[in-house]
Amino acid sequence: MLFLELFLQGLVQGSIYALIAIGLTLVYGLLRVLHVAHAGLFTLGGYLGVLVTNASGSLALAMLVAIAVVGSLGMAIYRLCYQPLLEKPPFVALIASIGLFIAMEELYRLIFGPYGMSYVQPPLQDVIVFAGLSLKLAELTTMAIALAAVVGLALLAGRTRLGLAWRASVTVPQMAASFGIDIVRIRYLNFFIASGLAAVAGVMVALLNNLVEPTMGSVPSYKALAIIVLGGLGNVRGTLLAALALGVIESYGTIYLGQLLDRDAIAFAFLIAVLMVRPQGLFGKR
Amino acid sequence: MLGLDAYHLSLITAVGISVGVALSLNLITGFCGQISLGHAAFYGTGAYCAALLTKAGVPFALGLASGALLAAVLGVVVGLASLRVRHDFLAITTMGVGFLFIGVVRQQDVLGGELGVSAIPDPGLGKAGFALLCVGFAAAVSAFSVYVKRSWMGFVFDAVASDEDTARVLGIDVPRYKLAAFALGTALAGLGGGLYAHNVKFIAPDSFGFVESITILAMVVIGGIGSVGGVVLAAVVLSLLPQWFQFIDDYKLLLYGGLLFAVMRFSPGGLAGATRAVLARMRGA
Repeated sequence: MLFLELFLQGLVQGSIYALIAIGLTLVYGLLRVLHVAHAGLFTLGGYLGVLVTNASGSLALAMLVAIAVVGSLGMAIYRLCYQPLLEKPPFVALIASIGLFIAMEELYRLIFGPYGMSYVQPPLQDVIVFAGLSLKLAELTTMAIALAAVVGLALLAGRTRLGLAWRASVTVPQMAASFGIDIVRIRYLNFFIASGLAAVAGVMVALLNNLVEPTMGSVPSYKALAIIVLGGLGNVRGTLLAALALGVIESYGTIYLGQLLDRDAIAFAFLIAVLMVRPQGLFGKR
Repeated sequence: MLGLDAYHLSLITAVGISVGVALSLNLITGFCGQISLGHAAFYGTGAYCAALLTKAGVPFALGLASGALLAAVLGVVVGLASLRVRHDFLAITTMGVGFLFIGVVRQQDVLGGELGVSAIPDPGLGKAGFALLCVGFAAAVSAFSVYVKRSWMGFVFDAVASDEDTARVLGIDVPRYKLAAFALGTALAGLGGGLYAHNVKFIAPDSFGFVESITILAMVVIGGIGSVGGVVLAAVVLSLLPQWFQFIDDYKLLLYGGLLFAVMRFSPGGLAGATRAVLARMRGA
């Protein structure tokens, strides 16, 4: 039973990773930028979730506010930070992004205080028992949201004109532009969706731990980078699989490898091992 | 030394170590173009190795040298990774090495675990002597950097940094030079780590985390990637800034982050690049 419980917990954690990492991989796919500051947006989502829920009592409203605010901020980051740097060597945008992320974390600490915040009455805390396995409603919701996000993205990309334009901009930007696709609009949309997903992840993590703190983005941010590299940079399906796999591996690893490595290092041990064998990532193509 | 009090001597010591370590990363990232987001791991390896050895009774100099050697061995291993993966992949891999280092050290009781290593013996040089040693370290690394930059090796590093594939076509043994850059840079970082450990007499995993890696990288980037003078200047200023402005300490990371972002956004060549641009404009006018 422990084996299954661990697996389930791994999937919950993996769903969180997926929600964060899919946004990152969308940005990478379109711009070839490693968007470290993404995790700063995730943290902001968490804060907005707690603040709005505590003020209004509605988690749904908090979710919408978080998506709208964080999504818009994501578009602003694209406009102010990445767009002017696209022609520069890739490390320039990467380091700028790390700087932005550090500054964001510090701003949260200065504005919201170093000790973190909690939900006054955390919603979705009921426990569901099924076949001897118990799961909090919040955990179930997290998995459902991750699934819905992936399916929604697949439908958007595969079934709509907008999705077609999006895929065209990812694969052959110049060609897409010459066919009259407004690449800049696609990029804004891309950042809105990516950042919105990070905001949702932030709200859910805040709910799962019932805590938001300024540094809650640090570990996920670097781990999400490892995940998108494992997933083959820019590959949404690969990212989802890598995120779930990492969640499960960590879940077991904490029990069985705890003596050797701490939890957060497992992801990177896995990453380095994979990259040495397959430099293009688990699911990447050369 | 020069009639300075203990406070100023400790500042000089810290600045000397920072300059040396920043230049050690500059060898890898600046000269050879191999981005590293995990330099603190090598700095930390040197610190832990030297500290544990001198605690076991090994002479100070031998401890330092062993720390440098062990860091270089680790550096070559990571360098081997740089032969497999490039650019963004390399950035993430080196970042992973940094987290792996912390993750492993934390769980090993032999290495002090969470609590770190304390009561590291004094090298017995006195405060002034130790400060002088660290300044000497910084000066030696600076001189070495200038020497490398002007040598054939520096020329090849430059070629590898600007276009690796062309360098390969021209018959340059790219892997060998990449490994050389990693070995040299990480050995010097390890040396700096050993000095740091014997300066503060207490080390813990958190001293060598991602923030430390980024702090070192910030010195290189803000100074101007590849420029020896720029990096020295940035390392001096960035390590003194929080001391001069005690009130800034709470905002130190905000300042680092903001500076890093602003420099990349407005002057990707750092201080050195900005100076060059200004000079060029003055000459043009």
